[in-house]
Amino acid sequence: MLGFILRRLGVMALTMLCLTLVVFFLVNLEPNLKKLAISQLDMRSSAAELESWLQKNGYRQNFFVRYGQWLGVVQKQPNVDPETGVSSPRFSYCDEPAEPYYGGILQGDFGCSTKFKVPVAEKLFPALGATGILMFWVMVVMVPVALLIGVLAGMREGTRTDRTLSVASIATTATPEYVSGVIFAVIFASWLGWLNGSAATATRQGISFYNFTLPVMTMAIYGIGYIARMTRASMVEVMTQQYIRTARLKGLGFRAVVIKHALRNALIAPFTVIMLQFPWLLTGVVIVEVMFRYQGFGFTLVEAASNNDIDLLLGCSLVSVFVVLSTQLISDVGYAYLNPRIRVQ
Amino acid sequence: MQVETLGIFGIIFGVLARFWPVWIALAIILFFSLRFRERLGLYGQLFETGVGVAGVMICFFWLFTAIFAGTVAPFDPLAQFPIMKNVLPGGIEPESGQAFLFGGDRLARDVFSRMVYGSQIVLIIAPAATLFALMVGTTLGLPAGYYGGRIDSFLSFLANLVLAFPVILLFYLLVTPGIRETPIPQWMAGVFFIFPIVFFVTLFWTRYRSRPQLLAIQLALTLLIGGWAYLGLVFDADPLGIISISSNQLNIFVAVVFASAPGVFRIVRGLVMDIKTRDYVAAAQTRGETPWYIMLWEVLPNARGPLIVDVCLRIGYTTILLGTLGYFGLGLAPESPDWGTGIKESSRLLRAYVHPALPPVFALMSFVLGLNLLADALREQSLKD
Repeated sequence: MLGFILRRLGVMALTMLCLTLVVFFLVNLEPNLKKLAISQLDMRSSAAELESWLQKNGYRQNFFVRYGQWLGVVQKQPNVDPETGVSSPRFSYCDEPAEPYYGGILQGDFGCSTKFKVPVAEKLFPALGATGILMFWVMVVMVPVALLIGVLAGMREGTRTDRTLSVASIATTATPEYVSGVIFAVIFASWLGWLNGSAATATRQGISFYNFTLPVMTMAIYGIGYIARMTRASMVEVMTQQYIRTARLKGLGFRAVVIKHALRNALIAPFTVIMLQFPWLLTGVVIVEVMFRYQGFGFTLVEAASNNDIDLLLGCSLVSVFVVLSTQLISDVGYAYLNPRIRVQ
Repeated sequence: MQVETLGIFGIIFGVLARFWPVWIALAIILFFSLRFRERLGLYGQLFETGVGVAGVMICFFWLFTAIFAGTVAPFDPLAQFPIMKNVLPGGIEPESGQAFLFGGDRLARDVFSRMVYGSQIVLIIAPAATLFALMVGTTLGLPAGYYGGRIDSFLSFLANLVLAFPVILLFYLLVTPGIRETPIPQWMAGVFFIFPIVFFVTLFWTRYRSRPQLLAIQLALTLLIGGWAYLGLVFDADPLGIISISSNQLNIFVAVVFASAPGVFRIVRGLVMDIKTRDYVAAAQTRGETPWYIMLWEVLPNARGPLIVDVCLRIGYTTILLGTLGYFGLGLAPESPDWGTGIKESSRLLRAYVHPALPPVFALMSFVLGLNLLADALREQSLKD
């Protein structure tokens, strides 16, 4: 088991290395660098000014040198004035030292956000915290509801309850966040006026039922259908097993059979599904946070991408890829743990 | 100036009447499908359950709406009528006397017409991108599952690499105006669009190698049609000038194929690993058939059931992805009538006007729902056998 986890961690590190290289390549394409330079100077700057800004801040160094700098295996160079020879830090707002130093991911330095004018870590981790709160509430709502629907539907296959709940869960999987978000906002914010159509106040004044329900509901609804369908399928399969029939034949009530014998076995498959939902939830986070103006990870990612904030965008991709890969690992390990028939080599 | 409006029944009847070509086409399809149900195989079996009928009919409804968009929509989707700005549903445009059935939007365009024309964009890109993803995923998934070993590890690593990217980040990196200035979308298109040609050439070659005359015709046709489409789509150099694609559409297309091909790859790989242990594959191997013959003519036809279900679900998922692109204003032109862009435009003004948001929202939802119901019915049928 330990060997398996170690090997997976190795593959994970390799994947992250490859992916950050790809992201690094894409954000450093010529048009993107131009966009960055323009956003840092202003729209009317001439081509020569843009070029000299890029030159001065080290964006014209060799691609692999710069990737190495970001990783922390090559020294980051300060700006050196070609005439006086005086060196000054690259970005004054990030407290970078004025001499060459190793400052990359390996040293725990995520770099400097050119859009927000702060070190990336200062922007990224509070945003992650905000998204963590959102995710927590989404999970609190989504998982119990989805499991309940799935178990109720799969308990007695083919009944009217089953068909109604199945169609309902298909309907929620056909409702992406930007669709359900609009529908809920129309119903609960515009017509009924019960809830706030924006979660912008949640960042400053703390979350409340009034401003946080809509984002949570919107995100949960898309995942509920999928998890419920998986639970239903697994429940249906379990209910046809011999041990369920035995339990019924020895005179146990239906309720006791479902709760004591079926439920535990039926919940193994949904566990994996819930874990693999994280990559989807990440996309959902971006949509919901933009839609309800909640300053979390997704909001930061969109800001970073639309301003080509290189270090921040790399930080965001690193975090999201890490989340996706580690949930995959947890789901594999957890599956083997929950289901003793699965053995990892 | 005050605009005359229709009542609520006027709107409902107006909408139903505008869709008249769609209703006629649906009635014809329904009649013939029920009449010849026994002879239509898997498609006919769909009409045995309510879920199946609903799924088929919703999908056909949007298909015919896209085909007859010119007749169904009363206005041009881009035309602006200043007097109709933000008009409520049912407002009558004074010059033509036609009603804005679902009202007007922020830029005084007819919401109903935009929804109808939006279906064209969605129904062209989503199924086409899914088919290309299917080709790419299948062509790579077959050898990965069949041979296993190093090819499998390498291809699986690549697929997992793409799958580890959150889709939205991928789109923000791959679908930008900046990237269209570089040749990257062209390269990717060049790689992806070669797969269908390779697929069909291998398909015919493995089966009809011993019948050179038939093979020659098939290969010539494949290369001619494939090469023609390839020139038109990748290099925008169609000698006849019929096939062409704008650079932002190519960009979207390529990004969507790139995002969904690894999913197909994983499914095909899994299916092949399961099927290759069957007796008929062993029999073909004993006969001395080539590996590619076995993959394409023994394994693939037996994997079709789950693949068809997956394609249905995937078209729905691709529609959602297109909506996401539109919602973030990536790739599609800002005035494009597609549903995602419509949702983006209207959701910003939700406090003031609700009506422009609802038609694209329900259109997208119903189309994806139709596809999901269809997939569910197909899955149920294939489980029965």
